[in-house]
Amino acid sequence: MAAKTLYDKLWDAHVVRAEEDGSALLYIDRQLLHEVTSPQAFEGLRLANRSPWRVDANLAVPDHNVPTTNREQGIVDPVARTQVETLDQNADEFGITEFKMGDIRQGIVHVIGPEQGATLPGMTIVCGDSHTSTHGALGALAFGIGTSEVEHVLATQCLVQKKSKSMLVRINGAVGAGVTGKDIVLAIIGKMGTAGGTGYAIEFAGKAIENLSVEGRMTVCNMAIEAGARAGMVAVDQKTIDFVENGTVGRTYAPRGDDWEKAVTAWQELHSDAGAEFDAVVELNGADIAPQVTWGTSPEMVVSVSAKVPNPADESDDVKRSGMEKALAYMGLEANAAIDSIGVDKVFVGSCTNSRIEDLRAAAEVAKGRSKAESVKQVLIVPGSGLIKQQAEKEGLDKIFIEAGFEWRDPGCSMCLAMNADRLEPEERCASTSNRNFESRQGLNSRTHLVSPAMAVAAAVTGHFTDVRTLMGEA
Amino acid sequence: MEQFTQHSGLVVPMDRPNVDTDAIIPKQYLKSVKRAGFGPNLFDDWRYLDPGDPAIDNATRRPNPEFVLNLPQYQGSTILLGRENFGCGSSREHAVWALTDYGIRAVIAPSFADIFFNNSFKNGLLPITLSETEIDQLFQEEAEGCQLNEGYQLSIDLDAQTVTTPSGTAFSFEIDAFRKYRLLNGLDDIGLTLQQQDSIKAYEERRKVEAPWLF
Ligand code: SF4
Repeated sequence: MAAKTLYDKLWDAHVVRAEEDGSALLYIDRQLLHEVTSPQAFEGLRLANRSPWRVDANLAVPDHNVPTTNREQGIVDPVARTQVETLDQNADEFGITEFKMGDIRQGIVHVIGPEQGATLPGMTIVCGDSHTSTHGALGALAFGIGTSEVEHVLATQCLVQKKSKSMLVRINGAVGAGVTGKDIVLAIIGKMGTAGGTGYAIEFAGKAIENLSVEGRMTVCNMAIEAGARAGMVAVDQKTIDFVENGTVGRTYAPRGDDWEKAVTAWQELHSDAGAEFDAVVELNGADIAPQVTWGTSPEMVVSVSAKVPNPADESDDVKRSGMEKALAYMGLEANAAIDSIGVDKVFVGSCTNSRIEDLRAAAEVAKGRSKAESVKQVLIVPGSGLIKQQAEKEGLDKIFIEAGFEWRDPGCSMCLAMNADRLEPEERCASTSNRNFESRQGLNSRTHLVSPAMAVAAAVTGHFTDVRTLMGEA
Repeated sequence: MEQFTQHSGLVVPMDRPNVDTDAIIPKQYLKSVKRAGFGPNLFDDWRYLDPGDPAIDNATRRPNPEFVLNLPQYQGSTILLGRENFGCGSSREHAVWALTDYGIRAVIAPSFADIFFNNSFKNGLLPITLSETEIDQLFQEEAEGCQLNEGYQLSIDLDAQTVTTPSGTAFSFEIDAFRKYRLLNGLDDIGLTLQQQDSIKAYEERRKVEAPWLF
């Protein structure tokens, strides 16, 4: 039998019917739903008089619009409230499990899936959200879909898909201390560009990826979409299995008893075979990767913290140069400015990229014994789920943050896309652990710099971007 | 779904790469639970000088006189000419709904982000990929036409898979057969898949034995 990639294995196991033109009807094991991209799908079902094919394959949670403070007052914005209530009504009407706003299990859709064991190795997982790629960290095939496809999965448990090309991104050797999954993936995007992975499913591999925790791998896979790939994945290893068996919280959906043994045996096959061929291979050296900071309005506009803001004059491609000029003007930055001379107004630690317990621990480690710089107006720490919040409080992380002058919030997407009240004012500059630095992403005319949680806190306590490695061991 | 067979229309150029879905329709408009009505807020941050919100009447806002969609010569355009990686960013289908609600029927670019590309087909919006050189030529011809105060019109023939310029040059484009068939006939995807009910059920029975923990 020909050697298969992990992607081949996941794909093949889910083909219901292969068509002559190369497309396939693909079975979907799990659909995650949130309030923003599902209302029109449920409406479509109702209009066509259709019912869900398999109710228990769906799990719903509100996250994009929920407030992260004063929850007892409910949602103040009437439009946002309608959207969350619409999700509640749809879940109730169709009998779909939902972790509602007051539920301790509520959180960001991509955080709660793995936390609950609702996303497992070997599954196909979809959600009306591009960062669904996150779940691929468990050795699953997970990708974002649009609302019409959400409706399609609700009605049929399947999607018509064309297989992507396969790409292996290998990080050779380990990364140094203070370099995280976030830095690895930003470095990858910096190298490949935001369209470099378009049309591919990416498998991340190599020593640096193996060394990451499953949480760290989720951060990497989360941003596969920022490299243009719909899906990112990592092979299953013992860490994956341990994560599903006894991660810190939740896991209520994970298999038990006889099923557990059977599942583990199957999961152990979830890696690319020796000699499997990829359509493209990209390699980076772990040792070359330093903490990263984005300087522009696209995640590919990224450099090391020790570098300078690039100069558009050095770019020969016209379209790229004008893109760089526009980005610098928007960001209010000068070419050749040292990255660590750039001051920040606000700091955001959260989002489906970096709001898991490990991220909060890394943030707390830097915050411990330090406090917010005078010049920084606000530091928001937003856990990815209620269970993570609870765990962090058990470990006393909340106290460290509060003592440092940071704000400790309730779980949700928050300032990652600023659909709720958490946002930047025009021209405010933010060190953010989220995944997109697009224009106005964090509020109209906001300026976002993407960094790791430790780097975000380093900026919070010094007032400007700072190589977190210089703070390590100093406190 | 609306059929797409042939379409001739006025072209609006959007000369920047990586036009993302946040730019196409900013997040404050995603709070709607409807599919329609996004057109007035297409490219909202670029299109208006004052900030927008679903609660604000767009008629009371000042349009940005420099933004391409607001220029008099592009009123009524139905074909958008773009650069590489058009539609990158989120999975929001609202981006496609905003384009179609505005009246755009086709987007022509050297490359598209995957999810946007898929979403387009579900809504009768045709994304056409042409080579960088061809796109450069279209941008140039459009700009020249503009100087002469003439609108630049393109004709798209999905069946023949061609885009024809005013001078009669025809560029051909690729599209996979199934998508073309569905667009040409305006077919409902879900209905088509439900014709495969028996295969789906057979698959589930097999998987219940192989991987019972998934059910
Ligand atoms: S945290 Fe941000 S990127 Fe993640 S699902 Fe929420 S809005 Fe999307």
